[in-house]
Amino acid sequence: MIRRGPRPRTDPRRATFLGLSIPTALILLAFLLAPLALTVSMSFHEKLTSDILGPFEPTLQHYQRATSVASYWQLLWTSGVMAFVVALVATLFAYPVAYFLAFRAGSRAGLYLILLLVPFWTSYLLRVMAWKLLLGSNGVINSLLVGTGVIDEPLTALLYNRTTVVITLIYVWIPFATLPILAVLGRIDARLHDAAADLYASPFEQFRRVTLPLSLPGIAAAFLMVFIPTVGEYVTPLLVGGNAGIMYGNVIEDYFSKSANWPLGSALSVIMLGITLVLVVIGVRIVQPRRLLRT
Amino acid sequence: MTARPGARRRPSGLSLFYWLLVGLLYVPIAILFVFSLNAGTTLSFPLKGFTFDWYGKILTTSGLLDSVQHSLIVAAISSTAATILGTMVAVLLSRFNFRGRGLLTGLAILPLIVPYVVLGVAFLILFKAFDVPLSIATVSVGHAVVALPYTTLIVLVRLIGAEAQLEEAAMDLGATYPGALRLVVLPMAAPAIVSAWITAFTVSFDEFAIAHFLAGPDRTFPVFLYGQLRFANTLPILIAMAVLLMLGTVTLILLADRIRRR
Repeated sequence: MIRRGPRPRTDPRRATFLGLSIPTALILLAFLLAPLALTVSMSFHEKLTSDILGPFEPTLQHYQRATSVASYWQLLWTSGVMAFVVALVATLFAYPVAYFLAFRAGSRAGLYLILLLVPFWTSYLLRVMAWKLLLGSNGVINSLLVGTGVIDEPLTALLYNRTTVVITLIYVWIPFATLPILAVLGRIDARLHDAAADLYASPFEQFRRVTLPLSLPGIAAAFLMVFIPTVGEYVTPLLVGGNAGIMYGNVIEDYFSKSANWPLGSALSVIMLGITLVLVVIGVRIVQPRRLLRT
Repeated sequence: MTARPGARRRPSGLSLFYWLLVGLLYVPIAILFVFSLNAGTTLSFPLKGFTFDWYGKILTTSGLLDSVQHSLIVAAISSTAATILGTMVAVLLSRFNFRGRGLLTGLAILPLIVPYVVLGVAFLILFKAFDVPLSIATVSVGHAVVALPYTTLIVLVRLIGAEAQLEEAAMDLGATYPGALRLVVLPMAAPAIVSAWITAFTVSFDEFAIAHFLAGPDRTFPVFLYGQLRFANTLPILIAMAVLLMLGTVTLILLADRIRRR
């Protein structure tokens, strides 16, 4: 990275710096920080009024409700557990794939990687909807089972529950989770394996004592990169989860669309954002992204 | 070629795992493809027969092409905005040493961390507070912010890899600093900038979670698709449209990948 010491005031680059930094700061302030600040402010409003920016009596009632109703905590916990399972399983599946691409695919690795990523690049909504076509009561699986006489009535348990949401999300995230693992595996010095072999390490020992420890930052990064967006997920539950499969994000969505209780929805948003940020800070401590960038 | 770990163990196990997984990943996509060519309105077996009718009906389904047009406009506006802003952030982070570097990095990455549902409602509150009616413009703002981390990172990686001596050489030869940026740095980063734009375009084009809150009457294709899911009769037409768009998106992304590797 290019680092420069402080320059004298006559630095010819100073005008350029100001010309770049002032608009950037203003845009980020207006379109990133202001909306988040307004969400925090909204959570202290008693109710949604037409004058959002005007003075108001701050109230903690929505936080009281958000924290005292057991089902909200329960749902947040459930969403966290679901995200944990999704991130864990997706990472477990992604590791062998990344290992294959890094060490076994040879000259075709690039092609194989693209093949893996194409499904990830296609519309998220569509991929989730494809699962609905697959699992629905007159979908592919049920019609095949009924048609071949395995069952008489279509199975309804395939769709609209938490398990379906979790499976769908795992499916969606596996290709993405291979990327950080692949990045780390690709940097392992092959001579370390030779050295281990020279010291009579069996292939399994080589993996356990050389490859695996060196790839831990990539594993942690993959887990986090899946876990963080999954906690706040609401679209997948909306499509394949039904009432039984909702997550915390769905409650927020509901308060901003159907029930129109924006202040309570905002309080729930602030709680979720706060927890997410704490998790990210802890995660970054563990992963240390700088290690991933270093060659 | 040096010995790789476990080279003597079954090499087929891992490749079998890879191919099984890839096969599984393509099943839903294959299903969409089959569905768009199947004569029935549900995807039940046995299939009802082969037809191209759904593709033909794309032209006559009310609101469908409008929504695709909205998506294209939103994607074009938001990706352009995100690329310009991302390039500015990348130049600042790679070429200047200043207080608040960490803060700027954090802000540029923040949209990746904030859950989309929170980002969506936050924009909704912002636009409501300033009485901005929901439209193509409001979705574009949301998508530009969502795409910012991607454009910033893509351009930043390129600029970090490029040597600052080139600008100094240009300035030694009499260029002003903005001139050196324009004549040396931007052309050098051009492949990354184009790739960033395409990436931002595809991010926006598929995006539902934020557009759901911000589209209002100007529904984008994913929002339109979501609204029509209840109506079984039009579903195959929408899937046919989606299959076409999917092919377009994949082509664009492969193109972005090509350009970035240059």
